[in-house]
Amino acid sequence: MKKVTDLLKSRAIWVFLILMIIFFTVVSENFFTSRNLLNIGRQVAIYGIASIGMTYVILLGGIDLATGSIISLVNIIAAYIMVNMGLSPVIAVIASLVASTLIGLLNGVIIAEVRMPALIVTFASQTIFAGLAFIICGGVPISRFPDSFLFLGQGYVGPIPFPIILMVLCFAIGAFILDKTYFGRYFYALGGNEEAAELSGIRVKRIKYLVYALSGFFAGIAGLVMLARANTGQPNGGEGYEFDVITCVVLGGVSVNGGSGKMSNVVAGVLIIGILSNGMVLMNISSYTQMIVKGVILLLAVGSDCIQQMRLTQAKKAA
Amino acid sequence: MNNRSEDNILELRHISKYYPGVTALNDVSLSVRRGEIHALVGENGAGKSTLIKTCSGAIEPSKGEIVINGKSFSKMTPKVSEANGIGVIYQEFNLVGDLSVAENIFLGRAIRKGIVVDQKAMERESKKILDSLNININPKALVKTLTVGYQQMVEIAKAISQDAQLLIMDEPSAPLTNAEVESMFAVVDLLKSKGISIIYISHRLEEIFRLSDRITVLRDGQYVTTLNTNETNQDELVKYMVGRQLTEIYPARDPKCIKDEVIFEAKNVSGNGDKNISFKIHKGEVVGFGGLVGAGRTEFAELMFGVVPKTAGQFFFKGKEINPKSAHEAIEIGIGLVPEDRKAKGALLGLTIRENINMPVYHHDSRMTVINNKTEKENAQRYREEISIKTPSIEQLVKNLSGGNQQKVILAKWLAADSELLIFDEPTRGIDVGAKQEIYTLINTLVEGGKSVMMISSEMQELMGMSDRIIVLAEGHMTGELNREEFDQEQIMKMASKERED
Repeated sequence: MKKVTDLLKSRAIWVFLILMIIFFTVVSENFFTSRNLLNIGRQVAIYGIASIGMTYVILLGGIDLATGSIISLVNIIAAYIMVNMGLSPVIAVIASLVASTLIGLLNGVIIAEVRMPALIVTFASQTIFAGLAFIICGGVPISRFPDSFLFLGQGYVGPIPFPIILMVLCFAIGAFILDKTYFGRYFYALGGNEEAAELSGIRVKRIKYLVYALSGFFAGIAGLVMLARANTGQPNGGEGYEFDVITCVVLGGVSVNGGSGKMSNVVAGVLIIGILSNGMVLMNISSYTQMIVKGVILLLAVGSDCIQQMRLTQAKKAA
Repeated sequence: MNNRSEDNILELRHISKYYPGVTALNDVSLSVRRGEIHALVGENGAGKSTLIKTCSGAIEPSKGEIVINGKSFSKMTPKVSEANGIGVIYQEFNLVGDLSVAENIFLGRAIRKGIVVDQKAMERESKKILDSLNININPKALVKTLTVGYQQMVEIAKAISQDAQLLIMDEPSAPLTNAEVESMFAVVDLLKSKGISIIYISHRLEEIFRLSDRITVLRDGQYVTTLNTNETNQDELVKYMVGRQLTEIYPARDPKCIKDEVIFEAKNVSGNGDKNISFKIHKGEVVGFGGLVGAGRTEFAELMFGVVPKTAGQFFFKGKEINPKSAHEAIEIGIGLVPEDRKAKGALLGLTIRENINMPVYHHDSRMTVINNKTEKENAQRYREEISIKTPSIEQLVKNLSGGNQQKVILAKWLAADSELLIFDEPTRGIDVGAKQEIYTLINTLVEGGKSVMMISSEMQELMGMSDRIIVLAEGHMTGELNREEFDQEQIMKMASKERED
């Protein structure tokens, strides 16, 4: 019996997801159709992919507010290379991912070496790279890309949209890094107790570099998918995305205090946000109301985490 | 002792404090006369801090009675304690750096005019108090701009402004420079002349003889004696402080396990507050590091472990010069650190025993960064058995283990990393007696197996019971080195409380 309740507790997010699916299926006949479900999948692919890097960052007890700007910048860099410079999509993809990874790395280096709070460093970098995206394209959107590039956002493999496949692949890699490689162990160790991790021989600074670089890398992939899907590079395409991504990760049970969380639950967090947006649209709920609902859900998710932490410390004190 | 209780401002009667598995205070009685400076001395862990915390209301005694000015209490709260005229100057000041001296003195009790804080009145009142203590500080100055010595004066002024009749000072000279100590003494003398009683806690015996009227000695949470300062001397005091005989909790080890080979050598090393320190550690040897808290022993371990860079001198490991710049490098060289603050620095509490033990070796036991689950489990299982960590499973989270078992997990980590020199910083602090003995046995097994141990300990008995050689530090300097046959508690105590000559 205890095992069942433990399982329910650790997978509460999946129970919530299933209840939500049942709810929307009942209230809207258009919800549980293969067309709509694939649509949801395509919609969540962008922040789903970005949430993998963010998961690592939050596991470390950090935050990455630059994600949205990296997405925008990647939009513009890739578009500029393909359209203005007329180079091949392969070069555009590689250059974009290198750029996004380097931006993440830069954040990580500043956070680790200067010991500035991640909130401030990534907030500053958000502003800087949002500005840079506008400067590169002069504020004008760039469009019309080769078909081979558009496949990234609009292609299908059989009946399945390619972005969904890419997201599943990214999550698989993300989970592999977290669960099977020693880097994953280091992330948990560092998020749980930085000093003890360092004294256990973990090179803490390098891990910070790595994690913020990975966050930039996955944001880069997300940016490419967005660009291919919209067929237009917007200098503000990724604006505000970091908040959706953070919501997904936190909703997925990754503790904002660092040190605990599961990649599989983040998948559930991503799906919940996707389904919630889609379901509310189907129910004709205004986008303003949607904002309120999302905010409340974020509060509830973080709140329940904090309350749990509080209970734990109280229990410890009592003991 | 009770016949003249009206002369006593404070009487502690039969105070005991029990924690699970530990008796911090056992039936301690103490009386402080009006207007006297009463010194409280004892080794680390003797119960001094616990005793003053019962007076200040920070902790509740399990048994006993606290009598202040003839009023009896079974326990204190910080409010009640303050209202009855007890003020405490802790080692860590309770000051707000960004507020002025006057605002700090009246913190939480601001003088108001209507709803507005009356800065002028507070500054005037503060000036009055500071003047009465001959302290020359501008009440408008921000506290963070003051030296430590002046910050302490602000603390004292704050206590006096709350009409403290009894001031408890916990190691007040520890953070001060020699000149600051003199000014502090002057203030203490002045307070005494105003009829304020003082409980003065210090490790520095010279100070105690300079200031106090009477001295109470605690040892192992027990009251030992109270002496009139002018009727005793340092030697007698030290005897009372360390008093007891070596008990049989230190298991014997094969004396032949010490080899001639030098594993580690420090040559004229300075840094992190330590100056010009040289010593050698041989293979199979336990070298004890004695001294007072803050003598620079943990700081030296940090230099050796690469956590803080040294500023001068050389380290050698097996004859080769080493220069570890991070814990990672030190571990690769073959050094392991079992830190003092187990929960904050040693164990990764939220991870499993398996993960903790493997943490320093993951990068060796993995192929292309992918962990080999089999090796990982085998490692954990092997060391769990080797040093008998009591746990149902290696999948247990470390936070669910007892202190002794957590300590073993940290040790297992270094065995897995194949460390040849293990630094133990206060290895048995907060561990119950049974587990202590297990740790001692483990240390013996380690050195008999060819490892070397550097053991920092503030417990005299442990130091003498376990070490082959003892090195004593005081204020960042090496003040002595003793071989086993020269071990002598009083000698070590004297070396540890030696004030710097230069």
